[in-house]
Amino acid sequence: MAEFKLKLRRYNPETGEAPYWQEHTVELEPHRSVLEAILQAKNNEDGSIGVRCSCKAAICGSCGVRVNGKPGLACHTHLDAALASAKDGETIVVEPMGNMPVIKDLIVDMDAVHWKKIQRVTPWLVNREPVPEREYIVPRESMVDVTQSMACIQCGACVSDCLSMEVDPLFIGPAALAKSYRFVGDPRDDMQQVRLKDLSEDPHGIYDCTHCFKCIEACPKGVAPMSQIMRLRRIAGNDHHIVDRNNGDRHERAFVSLIRDHGLLWEAELLPRSYGGDSWFGKFHPHAGKELLSSLPAITKALLRGKVTPMGALKPHDIPAKDLEQVQRIYKTVEEREERVEFNLYISGKDEDLLPSSTATEEASA
Amino acid sequence: MKVAYWPGCVSRGFTPELHGSMEKVAPLLDIELVPLDRACCTGAGVIAEHSQELADSLNARTFALAQQVAGADLMMNICSTCQGAQGECQERLDASAEYRAHINENLAPEGLEYQAGIANKNFLWVLVEEIGLDNLKSMVKRPLTDLRVGPFYGCYIVRPTDRLGINAENPRDTYLEQVIETLGGTTVEYAGSQKCCGFPVITMNKQASLKQAGTHLADAQDADADCLVTPCPLCHLNLDLQQPLAGPVVGRSLQMPVLHLPQLVGLALGLSPKELGLNKHVVKPTAVVDWSTSVVGAVGAGAGGW
Ligand code: SF4
Ligand code: SF4
Ligand code: FES
Repeated sequence: MAEFKLKLRRYNPETGEAPYWQEHTVELEPHRSVLEAILQAKNNEDGSIGVRCSCKAAICGSCGVRVNGKPGLACHTHLDAALASAKDGETIVVEPMGNMPVIKDLIVDMDAVHWKKIQRVTPWLVNREPVPEREYIVPRESMVDVTQSMACIQCGACVSDCLSMEVDPLFIGPAALAKSYRFVGDPRDDMQQVRLKDLSEDPHGIYDCTHCFKCIEACPKGVAPMSQIMRLRRIAGNDHHIVDRNNGDRHERAFVSLIRDHGLLWEAELLPRSYGGDSWFGKFHPHAGKELLSSLPAITKALLRGKVTPMGALKPHDIPAKDLEQVQRIYKTVEEREERVEFNLYISGKDEDLLPSSTATEEASA
Repeated sequence: MKVAYWPGCVSRGFTPELHGSMEKVAPLLDIELVPLDRACCTGAGVIAEHSQELADSLNARTFALAQQVAGADLMMNICSTCQGAQGECQERLDASAEYRAHINENLAPEGLEYQAGIANKNFLWVLVEEIGLDNLKSMVKRPLTDLRVGPFYGCYIVRPTDRLGINAENPRDTYLEQVIETLGGTTVEYAGSQKCCGFPVITMNKQASLKQAGTHLADAQDADADCLVTPCPLCHLNLDLQQPLAGPVVGRSLQMPVLHLPQLVGLALGLSPKELGLNKHVVKPTAVVDWSTSVVGAVGAGAGGW
C-alpha cells in the first residue's frame, strides 16, 4: 500500500459557482488505477464527486479524463505512472476532458460534441448492390486494413485534445474521421465516393486537420486517427480525383510536384499554386490573386525587412541536376506502380517484436 | 564533432536567417557541418500524405547519403518538421527488413542503400545530448540575463512521444526550457508552447490557422515574454511572417519577436544580432535587441546598425 495525493477539478454548472480544486489522499497499491483512486475518494470522503465509469478494464470507453494534463482512460492509468508524470512530483491532477462542455466534475457532455460528430459521418455500412444472397466475400487484407480504425472504443480522448477543434469547434474531428475510414476502407460499402466528396468539400472536413499528432498521442487503443485522416486524403485525391474547394488537394499536388521539379520546396510558388492550381500559371488564377492580396501586409513587411528578396523569392531553389534526375526517377518508379505500397506498423509490427524474447534480450546485451 | 547536416528547404528559402545563423554558431560549438547538398525535401508530411512509398524512398535516399559522410557522428537537422517527417519514415524503414529491402530497391540504380539505425537529431537534441548543458554553459559569453523567453517546440518534435524517443531518460520535450535556462535566460510558461502554430492549414483554413498562431502569441504576451524561441522554421513562418495578420484575427495587437534556436544560442555565445539575421524578421525583435545592445555595449562589441 502507498499513499497518493489526488487533486480533482470540481465544477457543477447548475450551481452557477466557479470551478474549484479539491485534494484527497488515498491509499492503494501503486499498480492500481487512477479510476480506483477517484472511486476511493468518492466512497470514503465525498460522495458528490462526479465521475463516469463502467468496465474498469479499458473496454467501454466511459472513463476518459485528463491526468496531469494528458487525456486518457482513468481505469487504464496506473497510479505509479501517474505519479511519475505529476508536474510537482507528488500530486496527481485529474480534470475533465477538453473541447466538450462539463456536465459535472469529471463528466463531459459526449452527446453534444463527440456523438454528434460521429453521427455526421454516416457511421454505418451502406450495402453495395446487389446484396448477395448469402454473405459478402471480401479479401482478408481489406478487413485487416480497417482493423485499426475498428479498435476505437469511443472514449473521446482524441477529441479532448484536438488542436483544430480547439480553434474550429465545427471540425468533424479525429474520432469521427477515423470512423469514416472504417467504411471508406471497407469493400462492401457503396458510398466511398460520396463519403469522400462530402468530407473533402466540407470546410471542416479532412482538410481541416492541422496534423498536430495530438490524437495519435491521446488514443489508448492505437487508432492513430490522424493517420486515418491522411489515408482519407490520399484516397480522395489519388483514387477518386476529388479536387476540393478547400485547396486541400491542390496544395498536396502543388507540393509534391514542386519537389519533383526542383528537389527543394519553392515556397513562393506553393502558396499561389495551392489556391490557383498546380502549374506555373496557377498564380494567375483569380483565387490566387485574391489570396495574395489578403496576404499583402505580411508579404510587404517581409520585403521591407529584407526577409525575402524579390529575386530570392522568384527563383526556385534546386538541387544539382544529377541528383534531381535521381529524385525524378524515384518519383517515376513509385508513381508507375499499379498498387500503392503501404506499410502499417499497427498491422505488421516490428521485426524485433517477432523475435522470441530470449533472442531479443541476448541481442540487446550482445 | 562532425555531422551530416540537413538544413531543410525553408531555412534556405523564406527563413534564410535560420541556416545563416546555424552556420555562424556551429564553429563556436565545435560542430563541423557537412551539408547534404544532394538531398531533397523531406516532404514535411505532405508527400507521405500523397504516397508513403515515395516519402520513404526520398528520405531513405537522404539517410543513405548521410551514411556516406566519412567520420560523421550523426545526421543533424534544424527543423522540427524535418525531424518528424524523417523520423516517421525511419520508423517504418527500421521496423522491417523486408520493407527496407523494398525501398532500397528504389535507390539501387544509383548504388545507394540505407542501413537501418541512423542517428538523426535536431540541433536542440544535439545541444543537450551531444554537446551537453554544462559544456554549453561554459561557452556562454553573454548570458541572457533578464531575457524572458517562451519556448515554442512545434508539433513534429514533441509528438508522438514514443517515435521521437521522449522518455524519462531523454525528456526531449523539456530541452528548450533547459537550454534557455542554461544560456542564462528565464523560461516563460504559457499555454501554447507545445501546441500547433497552425501552419499546416494556412492554405486550407486560414482563419483557424491564424487563430492558432494569434492565440499562442497573445498568451505569451500576457505571460510577459520578451520573445519566443523555436526549433521549427515553419512555426516561425506562421508566428513571425503571419503575425501582422494573426493579431486582427484574435483581436489583439501583437508584438512578439520569434527567434530561431541557433539565433538564441548565438546571442549568448556573443554573436551580434545582425550577424544572426535578427534584422530579417517581420516582427522587430526590439525587446531582445535593446537588451543585447546594452550588454553588447558593456563587452565592447558593436551592435551593428541597431
Ligand atoms: S492531428 Fe488533426 S485530428 Fe488529430 S488532433 Fe491534430 S488536428 Fe485533430
Ligand atoms: S480514436 Fe482512440 S482516443 Fe479517439 S475515441 Fe477512439 S479510442 Fe478514444
Ligand atoms: S471504465 Fe471502461 S474504459 Fe475505463
